[in-house]
Amino acid sequence: MRQIGKDILHGLHVGFPIALGYFAVAFSLGIIAAKAGLTAPEGFLSSFFIRASAGEYGVYTLVAVQAAYVEVVAMCLVANLRYMLMSAALSQKIAPGTSWWRRLLMAGCVTDEIFAISIAHPGYTPPAYTYSAALISTLFWASGCAMGITAGNLLSPDMVTALSMSLYGMFLAIIIPPTRKDRNVLYALIASFVLSGLCAIAPVIGEWSSGMRTVVLTILISAVAAWLKPINLDADESI
Amino acid sequence: MNQYSIVVYILIAILVTNLIRVLPMVLIKGPVKNRFVRSFLYYVPYVTLAVMTFPDMVLTTPTPLSGFLALLAGIIAAWFRLRLFPVAVICCTIVYLLL
Repeated sequence: MRQIGKDILHGLHVGFPIALGYFAVAFSLGIIAAKAGLTAPEGFLSSFFIRASAGEYGVYTLVAVQAAYVEVVAMCLVANLRYMLMSAALSQKIAPGTSWWRRLLMAGCVTDEIFAISIAHPGYTPPAYTYSAALISTLFWASGCAMGITAGNLLSPDMVTALSMSLYGMFLAIIIPPTRKDRNVLYALIASFVLSGLCAIAPVIGEWSSGMRTVVLTILISAVAAWLKPINLDADESI
Repeated sequence: MNQYSIVVYILIAILVTNLIRVLPMVLIKGPVKNRFVRSFLYYVPYVTLAVMTFPDMVLTTPTPLSGFLALLAGIIAAWFRLRLFPVAVICCTIVYLLL
């Protein structure tokens, strides 16, 4: 019982800065949602249950143009396919014997950042840690979206652009520190930056959506890295 | 004009996005023993976040230079183990000042 309390506090502690970042990003998302005709409660509920930055951005832009439902399905699949990979990776961080509904709930918590902090937890990730971090960040995410819908036009476009950097800053804070310990992660990151940059300007591939590019490059680069530099199974708790 | 309902759009998005999250957890029940698969899953988080960061971070800003400088500053700040929030604030501030 006391350990659960510690896990919850730890999750809230780690989740709070994420929540602040989410609020800012969701605010800019809310501005787009408002253009698509969503009300603040609709924005709150959709953000609370979808919890996907690129995915929601895609959905709201499709709503704005009254696209066919099947396009929304396709958009969600492509923009969020990385969650499938993340969920698979997270499945290896859950202690054996954890009940199936806890595993499903943890999978449901997966966003880029919640996944990152769950993976960064040493040893097996306690469900309560992931839940509490996910809950606080999701509440801020949903509120940010609702606020953006109601008060979005109060911010200057410059501020909205600047706020959109917060997501990327968080990603960097997650991927860069491990390169100091594991040189292979550094190589994987360099390959990712270079290939991703090339793909964005390449013919044909450059036309792909960024979600599609993310999925293809993730599978390709991770597979090559796993083939060339497999992890040491004896010291595998470092995941 | 409004032949499609916003509520249905949202419900579809909720359903699809969460199915994607839950499906691998249903399929992968225990620890994976295969060394290649484990290594693959080890690299996935880093690669996917890196691919999402670049070049999008540089392309989002009105001039690539401001995004690039924010990227550089973010990498340096993260290298010195600043936490999520300070790194995010640094990136936002640099872009705002350069706009």
